[in-house]
Amino acid sequence: MPFALLTKIWLALLVLTGITVGVSSFDFGYLNVLVAMTVAGTKAFLVIFFFMHLKYENRTLGIFLLLVFVILAIFIGFTFFDVAMRSGASS
Amino acid sequence: MSETHKDYAGDKFGMWLFLFTEILLFGGLFLLYSVYLHRYPAEFHAGGLQLSRVFGTLNTVVLITSSLTVALAISALQQGRKALCLWLLTATIALAGTFMVNKYIEWSAKIAHGIYPGSPEMAAGAGGTNIFFGLYYVMTGAHGLHVVIGAAILGYCMLRIWQGRVSAEDFGLLENGGLYWHLVDLIWIFLFPLFYLIS
Repeated sequence: MPFALLTKIWLALLVLTGITVGVSSFDFGYLNVLVAMTVAGTKAFLVIFFFMHLKYENRTLGIFLLLVFVILAIFIGFTFFDVAMRSGASS
Repeated sequence: MSETHKDYAGDKFGMWLFLFTEILLFGGLFLLYSVYLHRYPAEFHAGGLQLSRVFGTLNTVVLITSSLTVALAISALQQGRKALCLWLLTATIALAGTFMVNKYIEWSAKIAHGIYPGSPEMAAGAGGTNIFFGLYYVMTGAHGLHVVIGAAILGYCMLRIWQGRVSAEDFGLLENGGLYWHLVDLIWIFLFPLFYLIS
């Protein structure tokens, strides 16, 4: 891969880090977590697609990776539904 | 030519499968984190305030830069620029060292203030604070272990490149070592906002 492209991705990652640090000094309540996770997700996307070359890999690998993230989302999401919907159990 | 059979695509797919198990390993820890954040929002907020945002940001920049140097090292090797590749990998390992030194300073300061799991101050304080710092030590500790292992793997790659066993014609080992290193960076991308920016 060309050095210039990799350096641009690095710059984008630094800018995104700046954004997430900057936003966290304001209090938007619940939105803070949403912004932080959106920025982290975007950074992860850049690292996986360019630094880890997923953009240039065959489709099978992409499908497998997607499957892993779906499993992770089910794993975290469904457990979270359970915890969030319980009433009176928190201490 | 040696008669060794090389399966480049298979090697790489195997590495990715291993990375998937790593993602699910840390996924379990992230699940614990989110459930306890939901239960103790105030304590997690207060806990995040006690972590140094400057150190966290600095370490984020260090790791992102180390990811760049590894990616550049792979490109350099593919282009046959062996010396440049070795320099870039040296820089990566130096950055890994910088990260661990920062981590050491951070952890020592916390421990000196009586903030560690099961310390008298934690045990006497709010339950949620103890859990926040328990998760902080387990997750950044597991991540730190990955940083050390990743640096060791890259060191081994350097040795093989220096010997000429890994080269522009056969760079699979460095590519897989690089994948491991990027995973270390990926995990930190999520750890950083969850612990340092939660306040």
